[in-house]
Amino acid sequence: MTSKYTITLFTGISIGVLALGAVSLLLFALNISPITVVQVMSAGSASNWMRISHVLSIWIPLLLCASGLLLTFRAGLWNIGVEGQVVMGAIFATATLRLLDGQAEPALVLAIAMAAGLLGGGLWGMLAGILRNQCGVHEIFGGLGLNFVAQGIILYLIFGSWKRAGMASMSGTELFGRDLWLSVPTGWRVPPISLTIAITAFILTALLLAITRFGLRLKAVGQNREAARLFGIRPDLVSLLGMMLGGGLAGLAGCLQVTGVYHRLIPSISSGYGYLGLLIVMLAGYRAVPVPFIALFFAALTAGSIQLPIVMQVDSSLSGVIQGAFVLSALLVHGLNQRKKQRDKQKNKQQGAGN
Amino acid sequence: MDVSIPVLAAGIAATSAPLIFAALGEALTEKGGVINLSLDGTILLSAMTGFAAASATGSVWPGFAAAAATGMAVALVLSVIGIWLGQSQVAVGFALTFLCRDLAYFLGTSYSRTPGPQQLAAPVPLLSKLPLVGPIFFNHSLIVYASFLLIPLLWYFMYHTRQGLILRSVGENPEGCWARGIRPRLTQTIYTLAGGALVGIGGAAFSLAIKPGWGRPQGCEGIGWIALALVIFGGWHPLRVALGAYIFGLLQISGILLQDIFPTLPSQIFQVAPFPLMIFTLVIIHFSRNRQDRWFSRLMALLSGSPPRALGRSHQQE
Repeated sequence: MTSKYTITLFTGISIGVLALGAVSLLLFALNISPITVVQVMSAGSASNWMRISHVLSIWIPLLLCASGLLLTFRAGLWNIGVEGQVVMGAIFATATLRLLDGQAEPALVLAIAMAAGLLGGGLWGMLAGILRNQCGVHEIFGGLGLNFVAQGIILYLIFGSWKRAGMASMSGTELFGRDLWLSVPTGWRVPPISLTIAITAFILTALLLAITRFGLRLKAVGQNREAARLFGIRPDLVSLLGMMLGGGLAGLAGCLQVTGVYHRLIPSISSGYGYLGLLIVMLAGYRAVPVPFIALFFAALTAGSIQLPIVMQVDSSLSGVIQGAFVLSALLVHGLNQRKKQRDKQKNKQQGAGN
Repeated sequence: MDVSIPVLAAGIAATSAPLIFAALGEALTEKGGVINLSLDGTILLSAMTGFAAASATGSVWPGFAAAAATGMAVALVLSVIGIWLGQSQVAVGFALTFLCRDLAYFLGTSYSRTPGPQQLAAPVPLLSKLPLVGPIFFNHSLIVYASFLLIPLLWYFMYHTRQGLILRSVGENPEGCWARGIRPRLTQTIYTLAGGALVGIGGAAFSLAIKPGWGRPQGCEGIGWIALALVIFGGWHPLRVALGAYIFGLLQISGILLQDIFPTLPSQIFQVAPFPLMIFTLVIIHFSRNRQDRWFSRLMALLSGSPPRALGRSHQQE
């Protein structure tokens, strides 16, 4: 299902040219200058350290979600429940902070909250895995259902049990005390600890996939469940573990959004970063190495597009259009490459027969 | 709120109409062995283009035409990459879902919350005066009547015409069809486009009749996923898929009614509740399939079917 692509320099360039060309044509048709768009977006994402660190603050959840998705994709699973896993991680972390606030050292409380976030996302991933293994619900639909359930729970908490004193609103729960915020150096918009966690999580995931027995098992299950079973691997168990780990990383992203970015629980805590993670891993050809770079590019697009409505009255969803165009172009270019290879092979065969 | 049975039934028939189009369109596509996963984005994009075209021309018909064309355009992209170039249809569908959604919001900004034409109820003369049946079936907008007609039409097409037989054979065994002189990829492309057009009309049914207008959010977000789940729920059979769509309509309407009964719960809960309920119905179907002894499982066996054997796999012809 998830065949790897080899991205050479040439295919990489053709994907970029195709995607950006298509979007430029669209902009020309709407009488918007693509050059101005590029200027506004690059200024919005890289003109000063403040903005670069804002890009990094988006990069963190993207990298974590994408790392988790690398695991599930390797096991041949479409973990579309990643959004709900982010939300549950955020909910578990918030619950921990509310419960332990003032009971222990803030650093300890934050550490427990991270473990709780990991657990929340992991449980939600496990649920999707169980639905798939035991109940025959394809992980796409189980995951989607769980996304809606998570959305229901977070709304219920924000408008019900955890509502702000006096009024409940879409702006979320009460802010946590400053001692429960992950510390941010002056002039930064991203806590260094979040960066460290995300990078570590990514490296560990990449190593897990590349050099451990478990990584090999995930791959075996993803490529051929039946053959894996014959080799003594338990496909259900391995894919369930993959879902739990992947969900855990997404949950960690949710926890970092609460403790490091919003300092409260808001209804849109996941900001669609889970779905964006899916696109990132697809564009990376389901391989680990390109993921951080693509995630950084996508984060820059998302951050840069915030300026578009302000400066040139263009809707910020343009960043999503560009991201989608890249993934679609990659699929197209890869398909064309494969077809050319097949044709060449056939030609060789025919020539061989002629001789 | 008046909750008499005819009013309730008429409400279900109307709310479900766009879903009927989308789910039956997807059933048509999947029957040929192709998964068009992009439904959620396609519905949104065609709702936008439908509304824009209707606003520009002042009439709803160009709107429906534009929406159908949009649905076909998205399906064409899927056909090229997913059928002819043999890439994962699920991957292409995912990318299209998000691309179409953002494209809809991006292109639709200027139409956001603007007034536009909409299709009003057109009671059928005489028939709408019938007791009970009249208000339920004959007091709707034209698109709702069309949704009623589509169900038997599609069923007849799939199971009682030669073309329908070819479509189903391609979905079950493309290699066998190829050997008998049928071109599987061409057939799949035709029905993917036709299914896409129906999905597009479903999108316009939202923005031009059921939830008139365009905005962010439009209110039809998430419906595409439900349509996809319904096709499985209905076992790829048009009549059962339609039944599922009406059950979902019932869930949505009862959500609104329950909201009046439990005013303390946040209203958003009732808006999201039908979605998980729908998904977990699939779980029940699965579990009941394994038991043969009870009337319940017999009922469920009647309701469920198996997927086309070649679903999601692109046919590699020499």
